[in-house]
Amino acid sequence: MKKAQFSNPWLPYALLAPQMLIIAIFFLWPAAEAIRSSFYLEDPFFGNATFVGLQNYTDAFRASDYQRTAWFTALFVTLVSLLSLAIGLMLAVSADRVLRGQSSYKTLLMWVYAIAPPVAGLIGVMLFDQHIGPLVDFFALFGWEMRLGVNYWDTGIAIIIVSTWKQIPYNFIFFLSGLQSIPNSVKEAARIDCRSERRRFWTITFPLLAPTSFFLLILNITYAMFETFGTIDQMVKDQPGNSPVTLVYKVYRDGFRGNDLGGSAAQSVVLMVLVLILTIVQFRLIERRVHYN
Amino acid sequence: MGGQLGETVNELANRFNESQSDYRITPVYKGGYEDTLTATIAAFRAGEQPNIVQVFDAGAATIIGAEGAVIPVADLITEAGVDFNAEDYIPGVRFFYADSAGKMVGMPFNSSAPIMYYNTAALEEAGVEAPKTWEEFEAIAPALKEAGYVPLAQSHTPWIFTENFHSRHNIPFATNNNGFDGAQGTQILVNNDAIKTHFTKLKEWLDAGYYGYYGAGWGDNQAPFENGEVAIWLGSSGSFGGLKNSVDFDFSADVLPYWEAINPNPTASFIGGAALFAMSGKSDEENRAAAEFFKFLSSADVQAFWHKETGYVPITTAAYEQVKAEGYYDETPQAEVGITQLNLPTGDYSKGYRLGFYVQIRDVMNREYGRIFAGETDVETAFATIEEEGNRLLERFAQTSN
Repeated sequence: MKKAQFSNPWLPYALLAPQMLIIAIFFLWPAAEAIRSSFYLEDPFFGNATFVGLQNYTDAFRASDYQRTAWFTALFVTLVSLLSLAIGLMLAVSADRVLRGQSSYKTLLMWVYAIAPPVAGLIGVMLFDQHIGPLVDFFALFGWEMRLGVNYWDTGIAIIIVSTWKQIPYNFIFFLSGLQSIPNSVKEAARIDCRSERRRFWTITFPLLAPTSFFLLILNITYAMFETFGTIDQMVKDQPGNSPVTLVYKVYRDGFRGNDLGGSAAQSVVLMVLVLILTIVQFRLIERRVHYN
Repeated sequence: MGGQLGETVNELANRFNESQSDYRITPVYKGGYEDTLTATIAAFRAGEQPNIVQVFDAGAATIIGAEGAVIPVADLITEAGVDFNAEDYIPGVRFFYADSAGKMVGMPFNSSAPIMYYNTAALEEAGVEAPKTWEEFEAIAPALKEAGYVPLAQSHTPWIFTENFHSRHNIPFATNNNGFDGAQGTQILVNNDAIKTHFTKLKEWLDAGYYGYYGAGWGDNQAPFENGEVAIWLGSSGSFGGLKNSVDFDFSADVLPYWEAINPNPTASFIGGAALFAMSGKSDEENRAAAEFFKFLSSADVQAFWHKETGYVPITTAAYEQVKAEGYYDETPQAEVGITQLNLPTGDYSKGYRLGFYVQIRDVMNREYGRIFAGETDVETAFATIEEEGNRLLERFAQTSN
């Protein structure tokens, strides 16, 4: 193999510099700033900060709802990621099989992706409204009196449904392109060797989709953890009360609503560490089992 | 302010701009109360603060506690050489945004009181009178239920059933003179028998179908009153303008009920809503403009217009007298209820509160109240939690303001 070399040793660094600058300004600096302010209590107007050591962390953990919020976040992230991945995959496989009118199916299924999370939340509010929501009326037929904003789990289920719905088209697009990149020769060979469609899917198609699935898994977890707070804010109508929320929503609430900058920073550092661990685990444990071409 | 209120604010600004030629004011809408406060803080730290900002009741401690961020209106107006007399303002309105010495720091703008609205036909159908006390309510609730109504709902549990509950019964809400004397060492006194009795009753009423809880959102609790399911609804005097347009039945209003067993001589409630603050760091010329605008806002004509348009209470005695003389209250007695309630005798603890990180404390209350009504916790535990977490937040706030 031919080895490419730069003649000037500084050129590669110069080419990397813009990207590094962006990372430094938009990622490293804010992260460092968050870590710094997590050790201070600050008056919001003048920024007079008092060093308080780990107090922001201990206060955050001692709040009686922190644990409950953490548990709900874990459940929420797991369910939203798995459900939207599974449904996205199912729809992609079905759409891939359709022979006539495939493009209209695809367009219709991708449509929802264009909706912004807060708008999805608003649609959710209308569908699940206590007084006039059509889905509430529908569930009432089965004797389930659903009350958004009053019952903890009713609200949780509604938030999970809306967040999942919003993410399905994203997964659908990637799975579909993944399916279409599987060579026809491989599919034909598999068809000769094995008659069971289900078995062909699990032994040939699914492993070939693994890189896509892995990539989507990481993105879905990030989505469920961080991007859904607009949806949640809409669905709890700005008054979380007794409704389940995620850790990120709490960071937003305490920092932006309550002007508790130190407390909010401490909570976001905790999240940063959590995501770091999660990413390392994913790359170490799961990626090993993923085969790239 | 958004919606119809926003349009009325624009109308006020236009009137001010047309009334004189020296100054121009431009109103900007920045979202809800909390968003506005956050945007103000960001702007202040960037040195681009507006001249005047609207801050809501729960944010009062944050902005007043940040000494030097705002110029007290009393000083602003006197320095600009404009006449100012704090006595012109209605007492219930004047003290909430004042310092512990009584000097007005914020200019009350949209001031409201929590009052009781009721569906006249519903009460007639059940053959009952509007209750003056909670004891009376308890007595008429079965008849209202019998007539097919949810007897009671309310839209803001921390404001109506907590803060104003203390004020109405003249019970201390926090140490340090309800927090007005400073943030250091202030503790919340919400874990008391009176309010626990009240919530125990509320839970009983909820279980018996006498009270409907529709979550922590304002609108979710107002909607069932508007569509005629709920007979009595506790809301804001500022809701009057909207209700007038949204319902097609006759409704009336009265002052907030009280427990005779807790205090047979109930006191006034304090105001909710928001006040205007003049930010520091502006030129003398601009400060004079702000002072002129405040003077314009406090004038009887403008206050009368604002009051009649929105239902918020007039902030000066002169404006109240003017509206009364016009005979407005003879046609719409509901519009007078808020001000009647603010003008009730005051007590040591009925002027309001000044507590830091109060937005979070209200969140804790809303959460625990939701859990009581959902049966996830009992009244005793819930109030112990509110007290503990509230005090921890107050302690944190005290650390930021030294």
